[in-house]
Amino acid sequence: MSFRVSKGGHIDRSRSLKFTFDGKTYAGFVGDTLASALLANGVHLVARSFKYHRPRGILAAGSEEPNALITVYRDAARYTPNLRATQVELYHGLQAKSQNRWPSLRTDFGRINDQLSAFFPAGFYYKTFMWPRKAWKAVYEPIIRRAAGLGVAPTQADPDRYAQRYAHCDVLVVGSGPAGIAAAMSAASTGARVILCDENSQFGGGLLSEADHSATRIDGLMIRHWIAQAIQKLKENSRVTLLTRTTAFGYFPHNFVALSERVTDHLENPDLHLVRERLWQIRATSVILATGAIERPLVFPGNDRPGVMLAGAASTYLNRYGVKTGSRAVVVTSGDAAYTTALDLHAAGVVIDAIADLRTAPVGAWVEAAQSAGIKIIAGATVLDTQGNVRVRRIDLGQVVSGTVVKLQPINCDLVLMSGGYTPSVHLFSQSRGKVEWSDTVKSFVPGRSAECERSVGACRGIYDLSEVLTDGAATGLALASKTPISVQSASFTVKAMPIDTNPYVGALPQPDSQSSSKAFVDWQHDVTTRDLALATREGFRSIEHVKRYTTTGMATDQGKTSNLNALAIVAQTLGVPIPQVGLTTFRMPYTPTTFGAFAGISRGDLFDPVRTTATHEWAQARGAVFENVALWKRARYFPRANEDMHAAVARECLAVRHSCGIFDATTLGKIEIVGPDAAEFLNRMYVNSWSNLNVGRSRYGILLREDGFINDDGVIARLAADRFHVTTTTGGAARVLGTMEDYRQTEWPDLKVWLTSTTEHWAVIAVQGPRSRDVLQPLTDIDMSASAMPHMSVALGAICGVPTRLFRVSFTGEMGFEVNVPADYGRAIWEAIFAAGQFHGITEYGTEAMHVLRAEKGYIIIGQDTDGTVTPDDAGLTWAIGKNKLDFVGKRSLERASMKTATRKQLVGLRTPNGEVLEEGAQVTLRTGQKPPMALVGHVTSSYFSAVLGYPIALALIGGGRARLGQTLYVPMPNGDIKVEVTAPVFYDTPGARING
Amino acid sequence: MVSSMARLAPLVTTSEWMRALPFATRLILQGDAAARTAAAAVWGVSFSQIACRALSQGSRATLWLGPEEYLLLDMSDESASVATLEHAIGNIPHALVDISHRQIAIEISGPFAERILNGGCPLDLDLSAFPIGMCTRTVLAKAEIVLWRNRADAFHVEVWRSFTGYVAGLLREIAREYYPV
Repeated sequence: MSFRVSKGGHIDRSRSLKFTFDGKTYAGFVGDTLASALLANGVHLVARSFKYHRPRGILAAGSEEPNALITVYRDAARYTPNLRATQVELYHGLQAKSQNRWPSLRTDFGRINDQLSAFFPAGFYYKTFMWPRKAWKAVYEPIIRRAAGLGVAPTQADPDRYAQRYAHCDVLVVGSGPAGIAAAMSAASTGARVILCDENSQFGGGLLSEADHSATRIDGLMIRHWIAQAIQKLKENSRVTLLTRTTAFGYFPHNFVALSERVTDHLENPDLHLVRERLWQIRATSVILATGAIERPLVFPGNDRPGVMLAGAASTYLNRYGVKTGSRAVVVTSGDAAYTTALDLHAAGVVIDAIADLRTAPVGAWVEAAQSAGIKIIAGATVLDTQGNVRVRRIDLGQVVSGTVVKLQPINCDLVLMSGGYTPSVHLFSQSRGKVEWSDTVKSFVPGRSAECERSVGACRGIYDLSEVLTDGAATGLALASKTPISVQSASFTVKAMPIDTNPYVGALPQPDSQSSSKAFVDWQHDVTTRDLALATREGFRSIEHVKRYTTTGMATDQGKTSNLNALAIVAQTLGVPIPQVGLTTFRMPYTPTTFGAFAGISRGDLFDPVRTTATHEWAQARGAVFENVALWKRARYFPRANEDMHAAVARECLAVRHSCGIFDATTLGKIEIVGPDAAEFLNRMYVNSWSNLNVGRSRYGILLREDGFINDDGVIARLAADRFHVTTTTGGAARVLGTMEDYRQTEWPDLKVWLTSTTEHWAVIAVQGPRSRDVLQPLTDIDMSASAMPHMSVALGAICGVPTRLFRVSFTGEMGFEVNVPADYGRAIWEAIFAAGQFHGITEYGTEAMHVLRAEKGYIIIGQDTDGTVTPDDAGLTWAIGKNKLDFVGKRSLERASMKTATRKQLVGLRTPNGEVLEEGAQVTLRTGQKPPMALVGHVTSSYFSAVLGYPIALALIGGGRARLGQTLYVPMPNGDIKVEVTAPVFYDTPGARING
Repeated sequence: MVSSMARLAPLVTTSEWMRALPFATRLILQGDAAARTAAAAVWGVSFSQIACRALSQGSRATLWLGPEEYLLLDMSDESASVATLEHAIGNIPHALVDISHRQIAIEISGPFAERILNGGCPLDLDLSAFPIGMCTRTVLAKAEIVLWRNRADAFHVEVWRSFTGYVAGLLREIAREYYPV
């Protein structure tokens, strides 16, 4: 049976759509939501409640809907649970299903929870499942975890694309009801950049629920014509951005507002180039909140049955979607607002059995209009109960007569419409840290003092009269758009409308002493009843923040949009204090649930993080390199040949360097050019070493500490000229070291004439290491590379293959070695030229793993591997590097602390395993064998490899008082037993260091 | 110095709205006004006193990056002489560093240029807020860039070379909305 009226509303009856709900096919129209289309088909039962699995219908018509949470899916990947049916726009072929039910929505075994509800009071999980203790892990928790949560997550990766956009404007207007439109129009009239957003598919807000036959006029225009004209005018203004289907869900400091725009969810076949959603991050000079108000439900026993609905929602379904929400209705209301609904439904042919008015003596134009339409009005009414399983079929009304509630004759009906006035939507205002204040006339919290350059207009600050709303919006729009006070009067509006006494009601409806056993719901989404709130106060909870957590009222995804005020009032009443004294809970982001996709945006897959590659990356790829991530860089780890595993490849690469020559891409090391007359003095203050006595053309190994005296970074620093240094840093430390240096330069020593420039990416760095390295390079360069002209730790400027180079003689392998710096665009060509020239000498490309082994054989540390932020130069055996005569350097003072000098500090030593095991890096070291946890630990392994050139495993370790333990036997406890280790010096190969000077 | 060695910059696929600009000379000049005055005489372009502004003359430009820091560009000559500048500035305290290969230049142009860049750059790129001639160091998602507006609908973007793939890939992904592939 169709509940669609024949004409009117904002749907297109010429375009019919088919959709399925729980597998059954229904018809709807373009312009419908899933909720309106289901109601048009007479479907009210759409969900099972979270806790009690009670049958639930559609309560509202907008984003405040607490019940009608459904899953919409296109396939296993495009599968979205917990959407509000009231916000899902219909498209042809839409597939939706209900949630939280088994085996079906109509027959749900979980319903047993409702019968057993006496055992599931508020906070039941704090009190039950305590015994037997063991059952918690095995039985209770798994069951509760299965029962908790709503909807099912998609099982496949999301194939949709999501975009993000930063935008700026002079005025951001949130909400496009009359206040928002008026504000946007007057702001735009000043030439300001305006963004107007609305969560609905159309602009107009509450005006869209106005009946076609309504006598209300703005400036003589029918409502829909006024909206169309206003929006058209805004569209024609190039400084205005209009966004529908866009929810402002988060308000951040300094008027930074996050918007989620749903681009394709309403489309049957979205174009592939379209993104599903766009996250807008807007920085607005001013923000105007025109977020409207939400109709307040009434709290009475049985108020959650399908067919019990907000009166305003019924108006929206009728007037916007052409849907009658029932056949026989009883309207329960605290004020005039629901009279418009009653009259509209009456005109559409719905039988209105009664208007149950909470007021003892309702009077006024609306009451008269209802009376003249022949609608029965019950004054001083209350609701005692409702009946009906999956749909309401009877309402038991009562009447308050001189303070006592008497029962009236029950009325059979299939629709109960309720209206307790409105609750201003102060969510975003509250998120902006504005202070809300209680208003006795609005019976709600309304915006008070703003924290940002922001104003609320219209219903969201408790102004409901259409004329006042428009004026409020227009005046505020003008005021916030104008940078200087202006004399122009804001637009005025001629409004023809019947005034409405909203007479808000808050709290539970009066009940007789022998109250119905039916549950009276306060929070529909989290199944919180009046009894739960009463229990919480009985158990001593006073603060609303505690009541909220104990009962979970207002904690669902709807953020208590329909429940907060009634919950507050009930708690206040039970405690016997005024509502403001109970306080208001915090409104949290997001206003409505927002997809993870919107937050991830384009940062996924290959674009999740920058992938930095060097000039030889493609060459290494072609040679079959296995790469590893170092900071954001991809570095070749090793180059396996034929059937080599990593161990074999690394052994071969290491031996090539030791016996002939290896080539290695060292481009990723950070490089900073430090230039200026005070460059040497700056380095003196930053690094532990002395730099004044470093000659031009020579280099030195430098250590950088933090203020706390621990090693921060290291690198080789070369002096190119009296006032110019080429500094290298670790790969991962490049940006941090430059930042630290700039900080000291600008804030500590602004008097120094010295400047820093990052040159990391200007140079490609090709390390050529090994006894044949000079033989390989000398024919390619005009630089004299002889041992006398270029000793270890020297640098020369010249050309290689005709390309300018900074040639370093430097070694991280212990062999004679060079590092060829060439401008990066030439990196690939020079690499290939060296590689070709080296073939005769057996040049071998090697990766970071071989580099690690080679340096460990020499006991050279790697920052971050052999140091961990608690290692001093002395701990690492590098005291020799400290300039003894320097007055100061970063960290010097800290090194003087007693604790930095104790003999028991962990010191860098070598470890050998007499039985040939390769230790695990990170493994702990003990003094005694055979201990049981907790063990007394003396240190840990920092580096561990098999050394091919030595033929046995080696390790570096930080061991308490390590240097005094040389020769001692210690133990590394592992799951299979303790490994015996012998403490050695950290240099394993070529201890005299002769090879480096070849 | 002439070399037969091939010069190879990171690849940027050219499209209607994005193209890699040719090899250029890039220098960072730091120091006080006296150093800049001396440099301007030989570079042929003066230096903006106003923050975040570029001045250009022919193929050469100077971009304000910080109170004492400027980027010198020569978009037509890949080996403009550092020595000439050093000679001109002489003993005035300064730092002149060649970073020609540190970064590459991409031009983003067309009616959607602002929107494409705002897909990852948080700045206000409206012509009123970011006029022609404005330049600044900023970010594009997780990459640092220098952004310089040369025309109403064209931006010169300086990207560190190893971030080229990320930046170009990011922009291409953002631009799919406006230029369907």
